[in-house]
Amino acid sequence: MSELALMKGNEAIAEAAIRAGVDAYFGYPITPQSEVLEYLTLQKPEERTGMVVLQAESELAAINMIYGAAGTGKKVMTTSSSPGISLMQEGISYIAGAELPCLIVNVVRGGPGLGTIQPSQADYFQATKGGGHGDYHLIVLAPASVQEMADFVDLAFELAFKYRNPAMILSDGLIGQMMEKVELPPQKPRVSEFDQSWVITGKTPDRERNIITSLNLDPDLQYEHNMKLNEKYNRMSEEVRFETIHCEDAEYLLVAYGSSARICQKVVDVARGRGQKLGLLRPQTLFPFPTRELARLSRQMKGIMSVELSNGQMVEDVKLAVNGRVPVYHFGMPGGKVHSPDDVMVAVDENFIGG
Amino acid sequence: MEVNEIIKEENLVHRRTPLMTDAILSYCPGCGHGTIHHLIMEVVEEMGIQQETIGISPVGCSVLAYDFMDVDFSEAAHGRAPAVATGIKRLWPDKFVFTYQGDGDLAAIGTAETIHTCNRGENITIFFVNNGIYGMTGGQMAPTTLEGMKSSTTPYGRDAMKMGPPFKVTELVAQLPGTHYVTRQAVHKAGLVRKAKKAIRKALEVQKAKKGLAFIEFVSNCNSGWKMTPNQANQWMEEHMLPFYPLGDIKVEGKLVRDFCQELMEQTTEVK
Repeated sequence: MSELALMKGNEAIAEAAIRAGVDAYFGYPITPQSEVLEYLTLQKPEERTGMVVLQAESELAAINMIYGAAGTGKKVMTTSSSPGISLMQEGISYIAGAELPCLIVNVVRGGPGLGTIQPSQADYFQATKGGGHGDYHLIVLAPASVQEMADFVDLAFELAFKYRNPAMILSDGLIGQMMEKVELPPQKPRVSEFDQSWVITGKTPDRERNIITSLNLDPDLQYEHNMKLNEKYNRMSEEVRFETIHCEDAEYLLVAYGSSARICQKVVDVARGRGQKLGLLRPQTLFPFPTRELARLSRQMKGIMSVELSNGQMVEDVKLAVNGRVPVYHFGMPGGKVHSPDDVMVAVDENFIGG
Repeated sequence: MEVNEIIKEENLVHRRTPLMTDAILSYCPGCGHGTIHHLIMEVVEEMGIQQETIGISPVGCSVLAYDFMDVDFSEAAHGRAPAVATGIKRLWPDKFVFTYQGDGDLAAIGTAETIHTCNRGENITIFFVNNGIYGMTGGQMAPTTLEGMKSSTTPYGRDAMKMGPPFKVTELVAQLPGTHYVTRQAVHKAGLVRKAKKAIRKALEVQKAKKGLAFIEFVSNCNSGWKMTPNQANQWMEEHMLPFYPLGDIKVEGKLVRDFCQELMEQTTEVK
């Protein structure tokens, strides 16, 4: 039974996790996402579904608890914000190397360093290009509403288990903190049967022991492992998800995800009201990136602008997709400042429509 | 008498546990790791818990421990084995979960995980092998390196004023309410091997009874890192390591059984 609620994005993630039948959450407090752990402990999920919730001594411990727990084949997740996610990178690299499914949520704040607790999209590179050491990728989902914060939990686990790969929900302090109406998904049972072929349950006489590891001392084996991972990342391209708004007849295109996409929706409405043919492409998956759709759309455009709460990160992927066919611009405010629709409108006028 | 007449069940004195795999141990001749691996697997076999046992291997000499012990294993990042064990145990509370860690892993880079896992009283078993040196990376100073002891990063001997004194992590975790059984053992003599095996059995029984965390330190040697022959290393360990890291139980049934306050006070005075 689904139900409506008014919730913060962080609370929606937590409630959706219980309802998705998540088996364990390990986390550490950090602004602006502490509501996730607070909501979970308040809800007593150990009574509702048997879900384990544990506050770790650090993000480092939390991600390694995730690594251990993910090896059991169960649904496990953590949430944090930028500095905490940086601290988790070693563990995330191990999880990717050992091919373990899990969910990591980053409610991004401004950086670098301790930065600010205000919203930012400056962790795009870290999320989509690997983040830790070695050749790897996460599946990256970018919610633009409290509804998607809830919906993407289940989707993230579906993809994580399909590819045996860590998935990340890349949100930000704005989506995490704002309250919206959300239709909560029905309660799913926790899964009790597992794919025993690779998980650690204790060695039974009918099989060899299972080992969760990312260690291949022999470079030939590590080469094979890297090639196998790469083939997997290529296969993930079929999971690409995006939304297009007023793109059919558009001559100019904005590309934006998450909270910045919400701001750009307003910009497109205003521009259309003024008779300007502006469209919006909103990636819902950042890895895989909607490269083909962007390449296709670029053929009808006179200019494209990537709008992000940063000094320009996704714009590099936009440029790769567009491959020089039309001019690509960046607009966005870094450091925790959030651009208004008017700010974007000015950039639109200056950069391509008016210019 | 023919050989076949000798190889009979009634003449059996010792056999290798089938829970050790056929892989050739990667440890140096004379190293204590192999003996400790065997003892743990013998106890797992005797308790009949192979199908419920999950080990966590560390980063260090025993990074490939999963090649030798025939139970399900998870490799951990350097120092994070107790966190990995926590994650597994919280989801499989009825399985037997143990970590196998060296001194650099457990008492330097993983100190926070060690202390908090012990403090929470996770129902796991920690096997801690202390040879006072970083073996795998080539003999650098460990947190447990003795004062004056030479290593590749203390070529003139460890100076406690500059590098801090050796860290008695086992005495530290014994003071935490979450630990139920804490003991220090060694395996370089037959009698000690038998005692160590009893301690391993006791530790896993604590886990079976869900009484909290059991922690066993094994004071061991590193003849390669110490630049000694195996015999010299064992002798040096007897003369130098054991006076500083005395063998025996420290905490039993959740109660401290050895008063080590005076020892720690004396150590503190020396550093000053």
